[in-house]
Amino acid sequence: MDNLANTRTRQHGLTAREAGLIACTTCGRLDRAGLVCARCGATLSSRYPDSIQRTLAWLAAGIVCFIPANLYPMLITRTLGREEKNTIIGGVIELVNYGSYFVAIVVGVASIVIPVAKFVVIGLLVASIRRAWPLDPHARLHLYEITEFIGRWSMIDVFVVAILVALVQLDFVASVNPGLAAVSFALSVIFTMLAAQSLDPRLIWDSIEEGPSDE
Amino acid sequence: MVAAIDPSRLIACPMCDLLHSARSAQDGERIRCARCRTVLESSRPKAIDRTLASAATNVILIIGALFFPFIKLEGAGSRQNATLVDALSAFGGGLTAPLVLVVAAFIVIIPLMRAGALCYTLWPLRFGRRPYRHAARAFRFANSLKPWSMAEIFIIGVVVALVKVAGMAEVSLGPAFWMLVAMVAVLVLENHNFCRWTIWRILGQDSTV
Ligand SMILES: [Zn+2]
Ligand SMILES: [Zn+2]
Repeated sequence: MDNLANTRTRQHGLTAREAGLIACTTCGRLDRAGLVCARCGATLSSRYPDSIQRTLAWLAAGIVCFIPANLYPMLITRTLGREEKNTIIGGVIELVNYGSYFVAIVVGVASIVIPVAKFVVIGLLVASIRRAWPLDPHARLHLYEITEFIGRWSMIDVFVVAILVALVQLDFVASVNPGLAAVSFALSVIFTMLAAQSLDPRLIWDSIEEGPSDE
Repeated sequence: MVAAIDPSRLIACPMCDLLHSARSAQDGERIRCARCRTVLESSRPKAIDRTLASAATNVILIIGALFFPFIKLEGAGSRQNATLVDALSAFGGGLTAPLVLVVAAFIVIIPLMRAGALCYTLWPLRFGRRPYRHAARAFRFANSLKPWSMAEIFIIGVVVALVKVAGMAEVSLGPAFWMLVAMVAVLVLENHNFCRWTIWRILGQDSTV
């Protein structure tokens, strides 16, 4: 598809904002002004309002919830007076001890590697936008898309806990209860997903052309 | 220059805001943003039919998955079939309550609402009729729910849980589990056949929002 004729000495054409238009990211409609999209009813904004601040706020909430998620137990098992508490890392180590290496890797990546990587990537994207770091915008957009796609997968361990609790509730002599970590981890995943959704990817391209933003 | 631009004949890339002149994708074609390569529009023949069919299938599969046996337990001398409804209602108090809420929302309530909203939006369009009232709102709602529908992640969770209890009891999977698996497969197909920009364009031809 041909982009509009170059109006400046640049490789690409005009952005909607430069043309005085507001693009609806929900349905693609363009408008000159207005608060609500005339086609789909979504709130209209050239760039998400306070995108950076909102992203940082959700990110901070996600990191805060991630701390108790790692310190407190995910799962509390009581068998005949004995109580066993498993943290996220404890659960992974237990899987390794049972020899279930593949499952241990799946859980370890989903519960530790992905959340930490997500914090780092979102932080990096925000910093690169604010400071206008000359990083390749294509690479940054890619990072953003991967982060948005992969973050949900961290939820695996929360589901595992829920299923174990339900299974045991139905039958066994033992009693299993979710620990504080199960809830705070779920919240951490939800908050980080909201952080990624609050970040307006269009800012990545703006910062290249306009220099540091003071947002 | 700027004054001469007609917004209705343009589309903007949702990822980088670059303007392109709007045109429909031809057979099997994918129109990508010239700058960031994001797909702007893809030609998906029968997108409405196929999306509608998969949404309707999903409603049936989710309801089936709730009431058919999900897991079969064979413990010491006892044998038990558990449905998802049993499992969700077997929870006690304390921290299990928020956990149940999270699980029920992500694997049952949100996927069901999303499929329902899609059916509501697409049903009249399939017959070339005017969209129902608030169709745009319903379709917007369906799109915003997408990242929060987590059946595929739940399935992996079930497998991990089974590995964890492997030594303690004989556990096997019932038809409801396979219904969830089928639902994920349908969602993957739906993703392939779905172009929300195309559907928005068809919805937008009617002015009632
Ligand atoms: Zn719109
Ligand atoms: Zn683009």
